[in-house]
Amino acid sequence: MSLSNLRAIAAIYKFELHRFRRTLLTGLLVPVITTTLYFVVFGGAIGSRMTEVDGIPYAAFIVPGLIMMAMFTESIFNASFGIYMPKFTGTIYELLSAPVSATETIIAYVGAAATKSLIIGTIIFVTAHLFVDVPVAHPFAMAGFMILIAISFCLFGFILGIWAQSFEQLQVIPMLLIMPMTFLGGAFYSVQMLAEPWRTITLFNPIVYLISGFRWTFFGKGDVAIEFSLIFVAGMLTVCLAIIGWMFRTGYRLKK
Amino acid sequence: MASIIEISGLTKRYASGFEALKGVDLTIEEGEIFALLGPNGAGKTTMISIICGIARATGGSVKVAGHDIVGDYRGARDAIGLVPQELSTDQFERVIDTVTFSRGLFGKPRNPAHIEKVLRDLSLWDKRNAKILELSGGMKRRVMIAKALSHEPRVLFLDEPTAGVDVELRRDMWKLIGELRETGVTIILTTHYIEEAEEMADRVGVINRGELMLVEDKAALMKKLGKKTLTVVLAERLAAVPAELAEWDVTLKGDGQEIEYIFDTQAERTGVSSLLRRLGDLGIGYKDLNTAQSSLEDIFVELVHQEKVA
Repeated sequence: MSLSNLRAIAAIYKFELHRFRRTLLTGLLVPVITTTLYFVVFGGAIGSRMTEVDGIPYAAFIVPGLIMMAMFTESIFNASFGIYMPKFTGTIYELLSAPVSATETIIAYVGAAATKSLIIGTIIFVTAHLFVDVPVAHPFAMAGFMILIAISFCLFGFILGIWAQSFEQLQVIPMLLIMPMTFLGGAFYSVQMLAEPWRTITLFNPIVYLISGFRWTFFGKGDVAIEFSLIFVAGMLTVCLAIIGWMFRTGYRLKK
Repeated sequence: MASIIEISGLTKRYASGFEALKGVDLTIEEGEIFALLGPNGAGKTTMISIICGIARATGGSVKVAGHDIVGDYRGARDAIGLVPQELSTDQFERVIDTVTFSRGLFGKPRNPAHIEKVLRDLSLWDKRNAKILELSGGMKRRVMIAKALSHEPRVLFLDEPTAGVDVELRRDMWKLIGELRETGVTIILTTHYIEEAEEMADRVGVINRGELMLVEDKAALMKKLGKKTLTVVLAERLAAVPAELAEWDVTLKGDGQEIEYIFDTQAERTGVSSLLRRLGDLGIGYKDLNTAQSSLEDIFVELVHQEKVA
Protein backbone atom coordinates (compact mmCIF):
# COMPACT_ATOMS: atom_id res chain seq x y z
CA MET A 1 0.00 0.00 0.00
CA SER A 2 1.51 3.29 -1.07
CA LEU A 3 0.08 6.47 0.44
CA SER A 4 2.47 9.34 0.02
CA ASN A 5 0.43 11.61 -2.25
CA LEU A 6 -2.36 12.64 0.12
CA ARG A 7 -2.89 15.87 -1.81
CA ALA A 8 -3.86 13.84 -4.86
CA ILE A 9 -6.43 11.93 -2.82
CA ALA A 10 -7.85 15.23 -1.58
CA ALA A 11 -7.88 16.72 -5.10
CA ILE A 12 -9.75 13.77 -6.64
CA TYR A 13 -12.11 13.49 -3.68
CA LYS A 14 -13.02 17.19 -3.86
CA PHE A 15 -13.35 17.04 -7.64
CA GLU A 16 -15.78 14.14 -7.40
CA LEU A 17 -17.86 15.78 -4.66
CA HIS A 18 -17.91 18.96 -6.72
CA ARG A 19 -19.40 16.96 -9.60
CA PHE A 20 -22.02 15.68 -7.14
CA ARG A 21 -22.82 19.26 -6.06
CA ARG A 22 -23.36 20.24 -9.70
CA THR A 23 -26.09 17.63 -9.95
CA LEU A 24 -27.32 18.07 -6.40
CA LEU A 25 -30.97 18.50 -7.33
CA THR A 26 -31.28 15.25 -9.25
CA GLY A 27 -28.69 13.50 -7.10
CA LEU A 28 -30.71 13.98 -3.93
CA LEU A 29 -34.28 14.50 -5.07
CA VAL A 30 -34.50 11.41 -7.25
CA PRO A 31 -33.71 8.89 -4.48
CA VAL A 32 -35.97 10.76 -2.02
CA ILE A 33 -38.89 10.82 -4.46
CA THR A 34 -38.31 7.19 -5.41
CA THR A 35 -38.28 6.16 -1.75
CA THR A 36 -41.45 8.12 -1.08
CA LEU A 37 -43.12 6.37 -3.99
CA TYR A 38 -42.05 2.99 -2.62
CA PHE A 39 -43.60 3.96 0.70
CA VAL A 40 -46.83 4.99 -0.97
CA VAL A 41 -47.02 1.82 -3.07
CA PHE A 42 -45.61 -0.80 -0.73
CA GLY A 43 -46.08 0.78 2.67
CA GLY A 44 -49.51 2.26 1.94
CA ALA A 45 -51.18 -0.09 -0.53
CA ILE A 46 -49.67 -3.42 0.52
CA GLY A 47 -49.07 -2.42 4.15
CA SER A 48 -52.77 -1.90 4.67
CA ARG A 49 -53.33 -5.58 3.86
CA MET A 50 -50.18 -6.93 5.51
CA THR A 51 -49.83 -5.11 8.80
CA GLU A 52 -46.86 -6.99 10.28
CA VAL A 53 -43.90 -9.15 9.21
CA ASP A 54 -42.26 -11.17 11.94
CA GLY A 55 -43.82 -8.88 14.53
CA ILE A 56 -42.57 -5.68 12.82
CA PRO A 57 -44.98 -3.15 11.24
CA TYR A 58 -44.71 -3.66 7.46
CA ALA A 59 -43.97 0.01 6.71
CA ALA A 60 -41.05 -0.08 9.15
CA PHE A 61 -39.97 -3.54 7.92
CA ILE A 62 -39.24 -2.28 4.39
CA VAL A 63 -37.12 0.71 5.50
CA PRO A 64 -33.78 -1.18 5.71
CA GLY A 65 -34.47 -2.77 2.32
CA LEU A 66 -35.26 0.61 0.79
CA ILE A 67 -32.07 2.15 2.17
CA MET A 68 -30.01 -0.78 0.95
CA MET A 69 -31.61 -0.69 -2.50
CA ALA A 70 -30.86 3.00 -2.90
CA MET A 71 -27.33 2.57 -1.60
CA PHE A 72 -26.59 -0.38 -3.91
CA THR A 73 -27.75 1.64 -6.92
CA GLU A 74 -26.13 4.93 -5.95
CA SER A 75 -22.83 3.35 -4.94
CA ILE A 76 -22.50 1.48 -8.21
CA PHE A 77 -23.64 4.44 -10.29
CA ASN A 78 -21.42 7.03 -8.60
CA ALA A 79 -18.27 4.94 -8.52
CA SER A 80 -18.63 3.56 -12.04
CA PHE A 81 -19.45 6.97 -13.47
CA GLY A 82 -16.55 8.57 -11.58
CA ILE A 83 -13.90 6.46 -13.30
CA TYR A 84 -15.76 5.86 -16.57
CA MET A 85 -16.15 9.56 -17.42
CA PRO A 86 -12.40 10.34 -17.50
CA LYS A 87 -12.00 7.30 -19.74
CA PHE A 88 -14.83 8.51 -21.97
CA THR A 89 -13.64 12.13 -22.21
CA GLY A 90 -9.96 11.23 -22.38
CA THR A 91 -9.00 13.13 -19.22
CA ILE A 92 -7.81 9.84 -17.72
CA TYR A 93 -4.41 10.71 -19.24
CA GLU A 94 -3.85 13.13 -16.37
CA LEU A 95 -4.54 10.56 -13.67
CA LEU A 96 -2.34 7.96 -15.37
CA SER A 97 0.54 10.39 -15.84
CA ALA A 98 0.38 11.77 -12.28
CA PRO A 99 2.47 10.42 -9.39
CA VAL A 100 -0.56 8.69 -7.88
CA SER A 101 -0.59 5.05 -6.74
CA ALA A 102 -3.43 2.60 -7.34
CA THR A 103 -4.28 2.67 -3.63
CA GLU A 104 -4.53 6.47 -3.61
CA THR A 105 -6.69 6.41 -6.74
CA ILE A 106 -9.07 3.86 -5.23
CA ILE A 107 -9.32 5.67 -1.89
CA ALA A 108 -10.12 8.94 -3.64
CA TYR A 109 -12.70 7.69 -6.14
CA VAL A 110 -14.31 5.06 -3.93
CA GLY A 111 -14.20 7.38 -0.92
CA ALA A 112 -16.02 10.14 -2.81
CA ALA A 113 -18.61 7.75 -4.25
CA ALA A 114 -19.16 6.13 -0.83
CA THR A 115 -19.63 9.57 0.74
CA LYS A 116 -22.38 10.40 -1.75
CA SER A 117 -23.97 7.03 -1.20
CA LEU A 118 -23.93 7.47 2.59
CA ILE A 119 -25.47 10.93 2.29
CA ILE A 120 -28.29 9.48 0.21
CA GLY A 121 -28.74 6.53 2.57
CA THR A 122 -29.00 8.93 5.49
CA ILE A 123 -31.50 11.14 3.68
CA ILE A 124 -33.69 8.13 2.93
CA PHE A 125 -33.45 7.05 6.56
CA VAL A 126 -34.61 10.53 7.64
CA THR A 127 -37.33 10.59 4.96
CA ALA A 128 -38.61 7.23 6.18
CA HIS A 129 -39.06 8.69 9.65
CA LEU A 130 -41.55 11.14 8.18
CA PHE A 131 -43.77 8.21 7.25
CA VAL A 132 -43.20 5.67 9.97
CA ASP A 133 -41.54 5.20 13.32
CA VAL A 134 -38.45 3.06 12.71
CA PRO A 135 -36.60 1.74 15.77
CA VAL A 136 -32.84 1.14 15.51
CA ALA A 137 -31.69 -1.64 17.82
CA HIS A 138 -27.96 -1.31 17.07
CA PRO A 139 -27.22 2.24 15.84
CA PHE A 140 -23.43 1.84 15.70
CA ALA A 141 -23.74 -1.45 13.88
CA MET A 142 -26.21 0.22 11.51
CA ALA A 143 -23.74 3.02 10.71
CA GLY A 144 -20.89 0.53 10.35
CA PHE A 145 -22.94 -1.70 8.08
CA MET A 146 -23.93 1.25 5.91
CA ILE A 147 -20.28 2.27 5.54
CA LEU A 148 -19.21 -1.28 4.67
CA ILE A 149 -21.99 -1.66 2.12
CA ALA A 150 -21.22 1.73 0.57
CA ILE A 151 -17.53 0.86 0.21
CA SER A 152 -18.20 -2.66 -1.10
CA PHE A 153 -20.65 -1.54 -3.76
CA CYS A 154 -18.52 1.47 -4.71
CA LEU A 155 -15.61 -0.92 -5.26
CA PHE A 156 -17.91 -3.05 -7.40
CA GLY A 157 -18.99 0.08 -9.31
CA PHE A 158 -15.36 1.09 -9.76
CA ILE A 159 -14.68 -2.28 -11.38
CA LEU A 160 -17.66 -1.77 -13.69
CA GLY A 161 -16.45 1.70 -14.61
CA ILE A 162 -13.03 0.37 -15.62
CA TRP A 163 -14.54 -2.59 -17.45
CA ALA A 164 -17.25 -0.68 -19.33
CA GLN A 165 -16.47 0.52 -22.82
CA SER A 166 -19.83 2.16 -23.46
CA PHE A 167 -22.66 3.78 -21.50
CA GLU A 168 -24.77 0.71 -22.24
CA GLN A 169 -22.24 -1.57 -20.57
CA LEU A 170 -22.17 0.83 -17.64
CA GLN A 171 -25.90 0.33 -17.14
CA VAL A 172 -26.33 -3.32 -17.98
CA ILE A 173 -25.17 -4.95 -14.73
CA PRO A 174 -26.92 -2.56 -12.30
CA MET A 175 -30.17 -2.72 -14.27
CA LEU A 176 -30.22 -6.35 -15.31
CA LEU A 177 -28.50 -7.98 -12.36
CA ILE A 178 -28.38 -5.87 -9.20
CA MET A 179 -31.89 -4.41 -9.39
CA PRO A 180 -33.69 -7.78 -9.88
CA MET A 181 -31.49 -9.43 -7.24
CA THR A 182 -32.39 -6.66 -4.79
CA PHE A 183 -36.12 -6.99 -5.45
CA LEU A 184 -35.84 -10.76 -5.05
CA GLY A 185 -33.46 -10.46 -2.11
CA GLY A 186 -36.02 -9.63 0.54
CA ALA A 187 -36.13 -5.84 0.29
CA PHE A 188 -39.93 -5.88 0.55
CA TYR A 189 -40.59 -9.22 2.20
CA SER A 190 -39.07 -11.74 4.54
CA VAL A 191 -37.48 -14.80 2.95
CA GLN A 192 -39.25 -16.83 5.66
CA MET A 193 -42.56 -15.90 3.99
CA LEU A 194 -41.62 -17.80 0.80
CA ALA A 195 -42.69 -21.35 0.14
CA GLU A 196 -40.18 -24.06 -0.76
CA PRO A 197 -38.29 -24.42 -3.09
CA TRP A 198 -38.22 -20.59 -3.56
CA ARG A 199 -37.04 -20.07 -0.02
CA THR A 200 -33.97 -22.26 -0.56
CA ILE A 201 -33.36 -20.82 -4.03
CA THR A 202 -33.50 -17.28 -2.63
CA LEU A 203 -30.74 -18.12 -0.17
CA PHE A 204 -28.35 -18.37 -3.16
CA ASN A 205 -28.92 -14.67 -3.76
CA PRO A 206 -26.08 -12.82 -1.97
CA ILE A 207 -28.21 -9.68 -1.65
CA VAL A 208 -30.41 -11.58 0.85
CA TYR A 209 -27.50 -11.68 3.31
CA LEU A 210 -26.79 -7.96 2.93
CA ILE A 211 -30.38 -6.81 3.41
CA SER A 212 -30.89 -9.28 6.24
CA GLY A 213 -27.76 -8.05 8.01
CA PHE A 214 -28.83 -4.43 7.72
CA ARG A 215 -32.33 -5.31 8.90
CA TRP A 216 -30.77 -7.01 11.93
CA THR A 217 -29.18 -3.68 12.95
CA PHE A 218 -32.69 -2.16 13.02
CA PHE A 219 -34.80 -4.88 14.58
CA GLY A 220 -32.27 -7.27 16.12
CA LYS A 221 -33.37 -10.07 13.78
CA GLY A 222 -33.04 -10.96 10.12
CA ASP A 223 -33.61 -13.74 7.61
CA VAL A 224 -30.14 -15.17 8.23
CA ALA A 225 -27.67 -14.92 11.10
CA ILE A 226 -25.74 -11.63 11.25
CA GLU A 227 -22.44 -13.59 11.12
CA PHE A 228 -23.32 -14.85 7.62
CA SER A 229 -24.12 -11.31 6.53
CA LEU A 230 -20.78 -10.04 7.76
CA ILE A 231 -18.96 -12.91 6.01
CA PHE A 232 -20.68 -11.95 2.75
CA VAL A 233 -19.73 -8.29 3.10
CA ALA A 234 -16.14 -9.21 3.94
CA GLY A 235 -16.08 -11.63 1.00
CA MET A 236 -17.39 -9.00 -1.38
CA LEU A 237 -14.82 -6.47 -0.17
CA THR A 238 -11.99 -8.96 -0.60
CA VAL A 239 -13.04 -10.09 -4.07
CA CYS A 240 -13.55 -6.51 -5.30
CA LEU A 241 -10.19 -5.37 -3.93
CA ALA A 242 -8.47 -8.35 -5.54
CA ILE A 243 -10.05 -7.61 -8.94
CA ILE A 244 -9.18 -3.90 -8.76
CA GLY A 245 -5.64 -4.75 -7.71
CA TRP A 246 -5.32 -6.99 -10.75
CA MET A 247 -6.79 -4.29 -13.01
CA PHE A 248 -4.20 -1.75 -11.88
CA ARG A 249 -1.33 -4.23 -11.99
CA THR A 250 -2.08 -5.23 -15.56
CA GLY A 251 -3.45 -1.86 -16.70
CA TYR A 252 -6.63 -3.64 -17.83
CA ARG A 253 -8.68 -1.17 -19.90
CA LEU A 254 -6.74 1.68 -18.31
CA LYS A 255 -3.43 1.61 -20.10
CA LYS A 256 -2.60 0.71 -23.68
CA MET B 1 24.34 19.64 -20.27
CA ALA B 2 23.04 16.76 -18.14
CA SER B 3 20.59 14.31 -19.64
CA ILE B 4 17.06 14.46 -18.28
CA ILE B 5 15.55 11.57 -20.24
CA GLU B 6 17.37 8.34 -21.01
CA ILE B 7 15.60 5.83 -23.21
CA SER B 8 17.23 2.49 -23.80
CA GLY B 9 16.03 -0.32 -26.08
CA LEU B 10 12.41 0.75 -25.77
CA THR B 11 9.98 -1.61 -27.45
CA LYS B 12 6.21 -1.76 -27.65
CA ARG B 13 4.36 -4.69 -29.17
CA TYR B 14 0.57 -4.78 -29.12
CA ALA B 15 -1.47 -7.94 -28.64
CA SER B 16 -2.17 -7.90 -32.38
CA GLY B 17 1.56 -8.38 -32.95
CA PHE B 18 2.04 -4.85 -34.29
CA GLU B 19 5.37 -3.41 -33.21
CA ALA B 20 4.91 0.28 -32.51
CA LEU B 21 8.46 0.77 -31.19
CA LYS B 22 11.45 -1.33 -32.18
CA GLY B 23 14.24 -0.78 -29.69
CA VAL B 24 14.45 2.99 -29.45
CA ASP B 25 17.53 4.54 -27.80
CA LEU B 26 17.43 8.26 -27.12
CA THR B 27 18.87 10.76 -24.68
CA ILE B 28 17.32 14.19 -24.14
CA GLU B 29 19.44 16.92 -22.62
CA GLU B 30 18.07 19.14 -19.87
CA GLY B 31 16.89 22.51 -21.11
CA GLU B 32 16.71 21.70 -24.80
CA ILE B 33 13.79 21.73 -27.19
CA PHE B 34 13.64 18.39 -28.92
CA ALA B 35 11.34 17.90 -31.89
CA LEU B 36 10.22 14.40 -32.73
CA LEU B 37 9.12 14.18 -36.32
CA GLY B 38 7.42 11.32 -38.06
CA PRO B 39 4.44 10.41 -40.21
CA ASN B 40 1.17 9.15 -38.73
CA GLY B 41 1.60 5.85 -36.92
CA ALA B 42 5.38 6.26 -36.70
CA GLY B 43 5.40 5.70 -32.93
CA LYS B 44 5.71 9.29 -31.65
CA THR B 45 2.65 9.26 -29.40
CA THR B 46 3.36 5.70 -28.24
CA MET B 47 6.81 6.75 -27.10
CA ILE B 48 5.48 9.77 -25.21
CA SER B 49 2.67 7.69 -23.70
CA ILE B 50 5.14 5.17 -22.32
CA ILE B 51 7.42 7.83 -20.84
CA CYS B 52 4.45 9.53 -19.16
CA GLY B 53 2.88 6.34 -17.79
CA ILE B 54 -0.16 6.13 -20.06
CA ALA B 55 1.04 3.06 -21.91
CA ARG B 56 3.22 0.13 -20.87
CA ALA B 57 6.46 -0.76 -22.58
CA THR B 58 7.05 -4.29 -23.79
CA GLY B 59 10.78 -3.97 -23.23
CA GLY B 60 13.59 -1.56 -22.53
CA SER B 61 13.90 1.13 -19.91
CA VAL B 62 13.25 4.84 -19.48
CA LYS B 63 14.62 7.19 -16.85
CA VAL B 64 13.28 10.69 -16.28
CA ALA B 65 15.38 13.00 -14.14
CA GLY B 66 17.24 9.91 -12.98
CA HIS B 67 14.09 8.06 -11.91
CA ASP B 68 13.00 4.83 -13.57
CA ILE B 69 9.46 5.25 -14.94
CA VAL B 70 8.38 1.88 -13.50
CA GLY B 71 10.47 1.35 -10.37
CA ASP B 72 10.32 4.97 -9.24
CA TYR B 73 7.29 6.21 -11.13
CA ARG B 74 6.50 8.95 -8.62
CA GLY B 75 9.91 10.59 -9.04
CA ALA B 76 9.72 10.29 -12.82
CA ARG B 77 6.15 11.56 -13.20
CA ASP B 78 6.72 14.37 -10.75
CA ALA B 79 9.14 15.87 -13.28
CA ILE B 80 6.78 15.54 -16.23
CA GLY B 81 4.04 17.74 -17.63
CA LEU B 82 2.03 16.34 -20.52
CA VAL B 83 -0.14 18.05 -23.10
CA PRO B 84 -1.70 15.25 -25.16
CA GLN B 85 -2.77 15.49 -28.75
CA GLU B 86 -6.51 15.23 -28.11
CA LEU B 87 -8.39 18.10 -26.49
CA SER B 88 -9.43 16.26 -23.35
CA THR B 89 -10.94 18.50 -20.70
CA ASP B 90 -13.62 18.48 -18.04
CA GLN B 91 -16.07 20.64 -19.93
CA PHE B 92 -18.15 21.74 -16.92
CA GLU B 93 -15.22 22.79 -14.75
CA ARG B 94 -14.00 26.36 -14.40
CA VAL B 95 -10.56 27.09 -15.80
CA ILE B 96 -9.01 27.98 -12.45
CA ASP B 97 -10.51 24.92 -10.76
CA THR B 98 -9.20 22.46 -13.31
CA VAL B 99 -5.69 23.96 -13.22
CA THR B 100 -5.69 23.94 -9.41
CA PHE B 101 -6.91 20.33 -9.49
CA SER B 102 -3.94 19.34 -11.66
CA ARG B 103 -1.49 20.85 -9.18
CA GLY B 104 -3.10 18.89 -6.34
CA LEU B 105 -3.06 15.70 -8.39
CA PHE B 106 0.71 16.00 -8.66
CA GLY B 107 0.97 16.34 -4.90
CA LYS B 108 2.00 19.99 -4.84
CA PRO B 109 0.73 22.35 -2.09
CA ARG B 110 -1.66 25.13 -3.06
CA ASN B 111 0.08 28.05 -4.72
CA PRO B 112 -2.43 30.59 -6.04
CA ALA B 113 0.40 32.92 -7.10
CA HIS B 114 1.89 30.28 -9.39
CA ILE B 115 -1.51 29.37 -10.83
CA GLU B 116 -2.16 33.05 -11.52
CA LYS B 117 1.24 33.41 -13.24
CA VAL B 118 0.60 30.37 -15.46
CA LEU B 119 -2.86 31.63 -16.40
CA ARG B 120 -1.56 35.13 -17.11
CA ASP B 121 1.33 33.79 -19.20
CA LEU B 122 -1.18 31.85 -21.27
CA SER B 123 -3.60 34.79 -21.55
CA LEU B 124 -6.17 32.81 -19.59
CA TRP B 125 -6.44 34.96 -16.47
CA ASP B 126 -9.46 36.85 -17.78
CA LYS B 127 -11.15 33.52 -18.47
CA ARG B 128 -10.30 31.94 -15.13
CA ASN B 129 -13.92 31.76 -14.01
CA ALA B 130 -15.26 30.60 -17.36
CA LYS B 131 -16.37 27.03 -17.83
CA ILE B 132 -14.14 25.15 -20.25
CA LEU B 133 -17.03 24.39 -22.57
CA GLU B 134 -17.41 28.14 -23.17
CA LEU B 135 -13.87 28.42 -24.56
CA SER B 136 -12.65 28.19 -28.15
CA GLY B 137 -10.49 25.27 -29.29
CA GLY B 138 -7.34 27.36 -29.03
CA MET B 139 -8.21 28.45 -25.51
CA LYS B 140 -8.88 24.86 -24.50
CA ARG B 141 -5.43 23.95 -25.79
CA ARG B 142 -3.99 26.68 -23.58
CA VAL B 143 -5.91 25.30 -20.59
CA MET B 144 -4.30 21.93 -21.20
CA ILE B 145 -0.87 23.57 -21.26
CA ALA B 146 -1.74 25.45 -18.05
CA LYS B 147 -2.71 22.16 -16.41
CA ALA B 148 0.57 20.59 -17.51
CA LEU B 149 2.55 23.55 -16.11
CA SER B 150 0.58 23.83 -12.88
CA HIS B 151 2.96 21.59 -10.93
CA GLU B 152 6.15 23.23 -12.25
CA PRO B 153 7.49 20.28 -14.28
CA ARG B 154 11.09 20.03 -15.46
CA VAL B 155 10.06 18.32 -18.70
CA LEU B 156 7.10 19.30 -20.82
CA PHE B 157 5.75 16.97 -23.48
CA LEU B 158 3.74 18.66 -26.19
CA ASP B 159 2.10 16.14 -28.48
CA GLU B 160 1.08 18.03 -31.61
CA PRO B 161 0.56 21.27 -29.65
CA THR B 162 -0.61 23.38 -32.56
CA ALA B 163 -2.77 20.82 -34.34
CA GLY B 164 -5.96 22.53 -35.40
CA VAL B 165 -5.09 26.01 -34.12
CA ASP B 166 -5.00 29.11 -36.28
CA VAL B 167 -1.81 30.74 -37.50
CA GLU B 168 -1.89 33.55 -34.95
CA LEU B 169 -2.32 31.18 -32.04
CA ARG B 170 0.39 28.95 -33.41
CA ARG B 171 2.78 31.89 -33.38
CA ASP B 172 1.72 32.67 -29.79
CA MET B 173 2.34 29.07 -28.85
CA TRP B 174 5.82 29.14 -30.35
CA LYS B 175 6.53 32.30 -28.39
CA LEU B 176 5.31 30.64 -25.22
CA ILE B 177 7.45 27.56 -25.82
CA GLY B 178 10.47 29.83 -26.33
CA GLU B 179 9.70 31.57 -23.03
CA LEU B 180 9.34 28.24 -21.25
CA ARG B 181 12.75 27.21 -22.48
CA GLU B 182 14.13 30.39 -20.96
CA THR B 183 12.91 29.18 -17.57
CA GLY B 184 14.89 25.96 -17.99
CA VAL B 185 12.03 23.62 -18.87
CA THR B 186 13.00 20.84 -21.26
CA ILE B 187 10.49 20.57 -24.08
CA ILE B 188 9.81 17.53 -26.18
CA LEU B 189 7.49 18.23 -29.00
CA THR B 190 5.97 16.07 -31.67
CA THR B 191 4.63 17.75 -34.71
CA HIS B 192 3.51 17.39 -38.27
CA TYR B 193 4.40 21.00 -38.94
CA ILE B 194 8.01 20.85 -40.00
CA GLU B 195 8.22 24.62 -39.81
CA GLU B 196 7.43 24.29 -36.12
CA ALA B 197 10.49 22.12 -35.54
CA GLU B 198 12.55 24.30 -37.82
CA GLU B 199 11.47 27.39 -35.91
CA MET B 200 12.00 26.14 -32.37
CA ALA B 201 13.92 22.90 -31.97
CA ASP B 202 17.53 22.57 -30.88
CA ARG B 203 17.62 18.95 -31.95
CA VAL B 204 15.46 16.88 -34.22
CA GLY B 205 14.66 13.19 -34.11
CA VAL B 206 12.98 11.45 -37.01
CA ILE B 207 10.99 8.33 -36.21
CA ASN B 208 9.37 6.06 -38.73
CA ARG B 209 7.73 2.63 -38.33
CA GLY B 210 8.84 2.47 -34.72
CA GLU B 211 12.51 3.12 -35.42
CA LEU B 212 14.44 6.25 -34.65
CA MET B 213 16.07 6.97 -37.97
CA LEU B 214 18.22 9.85 -36.87
CA VAL B 215 18.81 12.32 -34.07
CA GLU B 216 20.70 15.43 -34.98
CA ASP B 217 21.32 18.97 -33.98
CA LYS B 218 18.87 20.86 -36.19
CA ALA B 219 21.44 23.19 -37.72
CA ALA B 220 23.90 20.35 -38.29
CA LEU B 221 21.17 18.22 -39.81
CA MET B 222 20.20 20.88 -42.25
CA LYS B 223 23.82 21.45 -43.10
CA LYS B 224 24.56 17.77 -43.49
CA LEU B 225 21.50 16.67 -45.35
CA GLY B 226 20.43 19.97 -46.81
CA LYS B 227 20.60 20.47 -50.51
CA LYS B 228 20.59 23.71 -52.40
CA THR B 229 18.82 24.55 -55.56
CA LEU B 230 20.49 26.83 -58.09
CA THR B 231 18.10 28.60 -60.43
CA VAL B 232 19.65 30.18 -63.50
CA VAL B 233 17.37 32.75 -65.14
CA LEU B 234 18.25 32.67 -68.83
CA ALA B 235 18.57 35.64 -71.12
CA GLU B 236 16.67 33.76 -73.82
CA ARG B 237 14.26 30.87 -73.66
CA LEU B 238 15.42 27.34 -74.44
CA ALA B 239 13.22 24.79 -76.17
CA ALA B 240 15.02 21.85 -74.51
CA VAL B 241 17.94 21.12 -72.23
CA PRO B 242 21.08 20.91 -74.42
CA ALA B 243 22.69 17.48 -74.48
CA GLU B 244 25.96 19.07 -73.32
CA LEU B 245 24.37 19.73 -69.89
CA ALA B 246 23.36 16.11 -69.31
CA GLU B 247 26.02 15.45 -66.65
CA TRP B 248 24.47 18.09 -64.35
CA ASP B 249 20.97 16.63 -64.66
CA VAL B 250 19.39 20.08 -64.86
CA THR B 251 15.69 20.71 -65.37
CA LEU B 252 14.12 23.31 -67.59
CA LYS B 253 11.53 25.40 -65.78
CA GLY B 254 9.47 28.54 -66.28
CA ASP B 255 8.57 27.87 -69.93
CA GLY B 256 12.22 27.41 -70.83
CA GLN B 257 13.29 30.63 -69.13
CA GLU B 258 15.03 28.95 -66.16
CA ILE B 259 17.42 26.10 -65.56
CA GLU B 260 17.24 24.44 -62.16
CA TYR B 261 20.20 22.55 -60.73
CA ILE B 262 20.09 20.75 -57.35
CA PHE B 263 23.44 20.29 -55.66
CA ASP B 264 24.78 18.87 -52.45
CA THR B 265 26.35 21.55 -50.28
CA GLN B 266 28.58 18.95 -48.61
CA ALA B 267 29.99 17.54 -51.86
CA GLU B 268 33.63 18.15 -52.64
CA ARG B 269 32.64 19.60 -55.98
CA THR B 270 29.22 21.14 -56.12
CA GLY B 271 29.28 21.46 -59.92
CA VAL B 272 28.05 25.06 -59.82
CA SER B 273 31.10 26.76 -61.32
CA SER B 274 31.57 24.09 -63.99
CA LEU B 275 27.92 24.38 -64.96
CA LEU B 276 28.18 28.15 -65.33
CA ARG B 277 31.38 27.76 -67.37
CA ARG B 278 29.68 25.24 -69.66
CA LEU B 279 26.73 27.58 -70.15
CA GLY B 280 29.20 30.27 -71.20
CA ASP B 281 30.95 27.86 -73.58
CA LEU B 282 27.60 27.04 -75.17
CA GLY B 283 26.78 30.72 -75.55
CA ILE B 284 23.76 30.47 -73.25
CA GLY B 285 23.50 33.83 -71.53
CA TYR B 286 21.85 34.35 -68.14
CA LYS B 287 20.62 37.42 -66.34
CA ASP B 288 20.16 36.19 -62.76
CA LEU B 289 21.15 33.44 -60.33
CA ASN B 290 19.28 32.29 -57.23
CA THR B 291 20.07 29.64 -54.62
CA ALA B 292 17.64 28.20 -52.06
CA GLN B 293 18.32 25.95 -49.07
CA SER B 294 16.12 22.88 -48.71
CA SER B 295 13.84 22.95 -45.66
CA LEU B 296 13.57 20.47 -42.83
CA GLU B 297 10.41 19.28 -44.51
CA ASP B 298 12.34 18.31 -47.64
CA ILE B 299 14.84 16.46 -45.48
CA PHE B 300 12.10 14.68 -43.59
CA VAL B 301 10.25 13.66 -46.75
CA GLU B 302 13.47 12.37 -48.25
CA LEU B 303 14.33 10.34 -45.17
CA VAL B 304 10.91 8.75 -44.98
CA HIS B 305 10.98 8.12 -48.72
CA GLN B 306 14.38 6.41 -48.44
CA GLU B 307 13.00 4.21 -45.67
CA LYS B 308 10.03 3.19 -47.82
CA VAL B 309 12.26 2.36 -50.77
CA ALA B 310 14.57 0.32 -48.54
